[in-house]
Amino acid sequence: MRRLAALVLLLLAWAMPAAAVDPGEMLADPALEARARDISKDLRCLVCQNQSIDDSDAQLARDLRVLVRERLAAGSSDDEVVDYVVSRYGDFVLLRPPFKLSTYVLWIGPAVIFAGGLLAVVVFYRRRGGVAETAPSPLSAEESRRLERLLDGDGRA
Amino acid sequence: MIVEIGHFALILALVVAFAQGTVPLIGAHRGDALWMAAARPAALTQAVLVAMAFGALMHAYVTSDFSVLNVINNSHSTKPLIYKISGVWGNHEGSMLLWVLILAVFGAAVAVFGRHLPPGLSARALSVQALIAFGFLLFILFTSNPFERVALAPADGRDLNPLLQDPGLAFHPPFLYLGYVGFSVAFSFAIAALLEGRVDAAWARWVRPWTLAAWTFLTAGIGLGSWWAYYELGWGGWWYWDPVENASFMPWLAGTALLHSAVVVEKRDTLKGWTIFLAIVAFSLSLLGTFLVRSGVLTSVHAFAVDPARGVFILVLLLVAIGGSFALFAWRGPALMPGGLFRPVSREGALLLNNLLLATATAVILLGTLYPLFIDAVGGAKVSVGPPFFDSVFVPLMVPLVAALAVGPLLPWKRGDLAGALGRLKLAFVLAAAAVVGIWFVFDRGSVLAVLGLGLAAWLAVGVVVEIAGRIHLLGIAPVASLRRLLGLPRAAWGMTLAHFGLAVLVAGVTASSAWKVEKIQTMRPGDTVEVAGYTYRFEGARDVQGPNYAATRGRFTVTRDGEPFVVLEPEKRLYPVQQMPTTEAAIRSTFLGDLYAVIGDAEGNEGGFVTRLYFNPLVPWIWAGILLMVAGGVASLSDRRHRVGAPGRRPLTTEAASAKA
Repeated sequence: MRRLAALVLLLLAWAMPAAAVDPGEMLADPALEARARDISKDLRCLVCQNQSIDDSDAQLARDLRVLVRERLAAGSSDDEVVDYVVSRYGDFVLLRPPFKLSTYVLWIGPAVIFAGGLLAVVVFYRRRGGVAETAPSPLSAEESRRLERLLDGDGRA
Repeated sequence: MIVEIGHFALILALVVAFAQGTVPLIGAHRGDALWMAAARPAALTQAVLVAMAFGALMHAYVTSDFSVLNVINNSHSTKPLIYKISGVWGNHEGSMLLWVLILAVFGAAVAVFGRHLPPGLSARALSVQALIAFGFLLFILFTSNPFERVALAPADGRDLNPLLQDPGLAFHPPFLYLGYVGFSVAFSFAIAALLEGRVDAAWARWVRPWTLAAWTFLTAGIGLGSWWAYYELGWGGWWYWDPVENASFMPWLAGTALLHSAVVVEKRDTLKGWTIFLAIVAFSLSLLGTFLVRSGVLTSVHAFAVDPARGVFILVLLLVAIGGSFALFAWRGPALMPGGLFRPVSREGALLLNNLLLATATAVILLGTLYPLFIDAVGGAKVSVGPPFFDSVFVPLMVPLVAALAVGPLLPWKRGDLAGALGRLKLAFVLAAAAVVGIWFVFDRGSVLAVLGLGLAAWLAVGVVVEIAGRIHLLGIAPVASLRRLLGLPRAAWGMTLAHFGLAVLVAGVTASSAWKVEKIQTMRPGDTVEVAGYTYRFEGARDVQGPNYAATRGRFTVTRDGEPFVVLEPEKRLYPVQQMPTTEAAIRSTFLGDLYAVIGDAEGNEGGFVTRLYFNPLVPWIWAGILLMVAGGVASLSDRRHRVGAPGRRPLTTEAASAKA
């Protein structure tokens, strides 16, 4: 039970103080280092709650940061570095999940949800409009102005 | 003794909650006035009982009563008084007690302020409120009892997690819970309305202030948490799309949608079913948030299965509450008759667009938050859903929302004139375009999207000003008459203006801080200087200092700008010996355009060198200012006489309400 309590506290605190990238690990070439930082930001620290290796001071995150920099220094492209890390640690290491069978729902879901919502709104307007159209005889412009005045007495919102 | 009284009061509260959750409900069904009348005294009694229990636990903390297990695990005699108090809710058991306390206080408030409500509605709503309390009281008493004693009291406690010993986080949970639990009132009223089969403008009038109050608290709570993450975690970020953050953000988004759709119900008597649905969703997401954070399911569904008692209990509670209310909605919802018609281009249409985008955003975040759990549970390969996913799906939904937000308030009800509204926004368009061009030249390394983001913020900000200028006929009539109109505006109008303007400021802060952050990480020896965004930091060295319950290394930077002394920054690295846990205390100096942010790391070499992280975080103060403006907007709106919960008698009563009252 105490373990769970500690876990809950950890969750409540949602991240540990981060004292991540160390000057010692950094590459001398600023352009290469900047690429390393960009890659690190999208790689997950596998032993942490929810942190990138760039933000975490866990030993494993440090090892991964060094690994990324080694590959970059050896001349790999950004994609090659990421692929290499994924080949060793799996998709779990990617904070941006890849687009594949197991994540189709995740990536397509938002568009489907939005389209569904939009459709519902369109249907809502159509149905309401339909109700208005089947009304016995349409009011003339003058009549509807009068009606509006009467219904909406003060005319203010 | 006091602890036992608290424990006993909690058991009594459970009994009262059961009575309150059944008797008035049956009374309302049978039309029995006496049974319905039991709701109010029961709600008050329950609040008193839970307050007694909470007071007893707080007493145990303040007096460091280490015969109580909960106090041992989360307190220490040397801890400052404020953190002894905040320690009460800095742990699982205590925070659940706080949850129930707030629920009971809201229930009592409904009982007190709702005297003029139709008796059936009030009885049913208070019953639903009590049923929620009943579930949570059972949960506390059977799985998370904070009053458990130990046979042999240790000499001292194990202390509170040092990260939580912080003013920002001390008050983050109460505000968050005031928001979460505040939505329970809208929920209870929604269920009561479904049971009654009637939703009208009067119903929306009663629900709006409660929703507004909950929204305001939740905004403040999320803001405090974000602020805390920013200065305490030492990486200069303030939001990471962490599941725990999402857990509080989803009810906020749904609550924001509810706040806006309730306006349509009140003014135009339409979108009723949808508003009821949102009220159920907002509170369901609050429950879900509580479940996600409290059950341990986030770390892994397997961790959850190791110690399942609590998790399973909340899960069952969740299924009963959410499943039950949606089933009721499916059954009774279709009977709600739609009211006034409107065109897509109209105030209602704009609010519906707001609801579409906010509801989609809520659903999308829910999908991203639960997806890893889902994949894990079905045994698929583990996936991480991190900030890059959320950014890429959330931002495209917020851009049209912010863009349309400038236009919506300019449209009249029922049928609007889009060209006319856009015509009034010419100034906003010109100024936003000017801002884009100006910023583009100032930051030559700027990202196009970030510059457009700032343009969007400018568009909204000017749009808000144009709207209020139109209301007071600025430039159209004599300035004095304009001023008189300005002062005569209802506070609710001020509330909307402040909140929308706050959003513009927030958008600017969020955009700039993520796009133009400057970071320098290096080892510095005393005397070394580093330049960050035009400021020169000179490291003067570090020394050891002793705090009340921690030891710290305090670094000192003298910051100069153009050779002129600007500020001295003293970041700390602390070690709390009881939990052997280090924390960083960033030193921050805010300016109008951004924060100077300094962090000191580990000692390096033997010449007094330290790892230092120096940041310039552009427009971060705007984030906090934006949130404060939104909170101020909520407060201003709440203070409007038309919304004031205590003044229902003064507003025009609908015939139904009038007859129910008579």
